[in-house]
Amino acid sequence: MNMISLTNISKSFHVGKASQFVAVNDVSLDIEPGKVTILKGPSGSGKTTLMTLIGCMARPTSGRIVLSGMRAAWMASEEPAGVEITSLPERFLNDIRRRTFGFVFQQFNLLKGISVLENVMLPAYPTGEDHREFAKRAGVLLEQFSIARHASSPVEWLSGGELQRVAIARALINDPSVIIADEPTAHLDTALSREFMTIVGTLKKAGKTILIASHDPIVFDSPLADRVVEMRDGVITSSGPKP
Amino acid sequence: MNRTIERHKNILEFSLSSLLRRKTKNASLLAIYTLIVFAIASLLFFLSAMKREALLILKDAPDMVVQRMEAGRQDLVPLSYAKEIAALRGVREVKPRLWGYYYDSPSGGNLTVMTAEMPAGFIKIGSGVSRLRRATAADVIVLQSYDNEVPLMLEIEEVLPYESELAAADLVIMSELDFRKLFKFPQGHATDLALTVANPRELSTLAGKIVDKFPDARPILKSEMLRTYDSIFDWRGGMMLVMMIAAVLSFIIFAWDRATGLSAEERKEIGILKSIGWETSDVLLLKFWEGAVISLSAFFFGVIAAYVHVYFFSAPLFQPVLKGWSVLYPQFKLVPAVDTYQLGVLFFLTVAPYTFATIIPCWRAATIDPDAAMRS
Ligand SMILES: Nc1ncnc2c1ncn2[C@@H]1O[C@H](COP(=O)(O)OP(=O)(O)OP(=O)(O)O)[C@@H](O)[C@H]1O
Ligand SMILES: [Mg+2]
Repeated sequence: MNMISLTNISKSFHVGKASQFVAVNDVSLDIEPGKVTILKGPSGSGKTTLMTLIGCMARPTSGRIVLSGMRAAWMASEEPAGVEITSLPERFLNDIRRRTFGFVFQQFNLLKGISVLENVMLPAYPTGEDHREFAKRAGVLLEQFSIARHASSPVEWLSGGELQRVAIARALINDPSVIIADEPTAHLDTALSREFMTIVGTLKKAGKTILIASHDPIVFDSPLADRVVEMRDGVITSSGPKP
Repeated sequence: MNRTIERHKNILEFSLSSLLRRKTKNASLLAIYTLIVFAIASLLFFLSAMKREALLILKDAPDMVVQRMEAGRQDLVPLSYAKEIAALRGVREVKPRLWGYYYDSPSGGNLTVMTAEMPAGFIKIGSGVSRLRRATAADVIVLQSYDNEVPLMLEIEEVLPYESELAAADLVIMSELDFRKLFKFPQGHATDLALTVANPRELSTLAGKIVDKFPDARPILKSEMLRTYDSIFDWRGGMMLVMMIAAVLSFIIFAWDRATGLSAEERKEIGILKSIGWETSDVLLLKFWEGAVISLSAFFFGVIAAYVHVYFFSAPLFQPVLKGWSVLYPQFKLVPAVDTYQLGVLFFLTVAPYTFATIIPCWRAATIDPDAAMRS
């Protein structure tokens, strides 16, 4: 199982310039494996920034992030003490990112003009896995999210809810243990937002660790949310009760 | 190892479907590109074939040809010259040659007439003449002789095979007797003398001796003939070179245009790929394959089309440019002469710049942080 532990994490932009800006300020947080954690806070409070740090997309300016319960390709075995990812070289970091995290973006970030199926398989191409293997998995995911009949349509033909499900299927293709979703319901109506939470429920049941940034009450008031962490101006104002 | 191959395979496969997205754009790109490669490759093939023709002509050329000049113009050589030259040391053989040009008024073509050991009344003709006169072996051709009274009736013994049609298409070979009749050619004279020498290194000394003996003689060495041919081909080749440079230049402009035209959409896509776990090198590999697929296919299509154009259809597009020298447009059947070195250069000049032109602009886009796509 997977556990993410942040210690004194800060992230500044434009370091050393007059415009230097601290987006995340001295955040310490443990994210429990198999739970749904919600990051809540006003616009500009640093939610997205914090998630990029956790998801190995960017490096913090200072502080440590330790991932435990995971095993990357280059590791002989699982590190019992966890891996300190903040100081890892780019290549290793990427490998961890690909295997451990699946991302769902606010804008979905699907590629236009190529089929739904290919969009879903996209994160698997550079891993060097056998094409048949991940194509099979993609088929299963499309079935699971009832978009199999659109498999060969280009994504621009799909409705908003369908796009959302394609984006989730894509996040799951490499079978990550952690799902990171940034404002996943921002573009959805109430019904579709509820549907999204249903999917979150299934993922949780499947044992995934889920981290969602949202200021949508459908998300943070959901009974599925194990913990709601509130942020403001880059600091955590309330880390909610530990589940 | 296996994973590396799979990675290439997966990314190559994706680059194909990525290219298919912009079907019309990429198809027109491929078409322009193929056309350029086709033009350049046709040129290269054509020039190699022409060079080959020229070498073929020169292979059988004598070591030295001696002409006689009369007031600065070429005139007939008395056979007595041949005897005296043959007596010089180092001369192995002197062959008086009879040849000339015959204007064939019914067809408007200019024929090259030569002589050979053959029975009177028979001729051998080049394929161009055969076409011009619509006559083949066993037909009889009538030539108007210079004494204006007796037309010459000559039976075609053979139509010469195309080994080197450029040189032989307008050829008529006849006996000495018929030749002298046709042109009222004075007895005891020849058009020029062909010399074979014992030691080719003594050619210029020998030429000096000949001029000493006959101040009106003009010896032409094989090396000089080579140079003349070379300059003819260089001149023609030079014109071609200008065209080639134009083609390469237009190609570079086109590649550069493409290079700078990395659209906002492409940039965004690169950001998305990075955000879902593609590394910079994966993105560049994708772009490499996109460029390589287009440029390699253009190269192969272009080269194959050029080969067919030059060697199967005898370069119809270049005929008017290259052969203005005879009214008889010989219908070439060029013999394939592929210069692999030149092809290699062509490959390098076309595939490499295009592929790089596709990758380079993506380089910057591909090095963006993966988190950038989170904020668009
Ligand atoms: N690359 C960057 N350069 C400079 N400033 C940045 C950069 N990325 C984020 N910021 C700033 O950091 C702050 C936090 O941004 P962030 O996107 O994390 O907030 P957020 O909580 O996700 O807001 P929202 O709810 O609007 O998405 C903002 O003020 C933003 O302007
Ligand atoms: Mg945000």
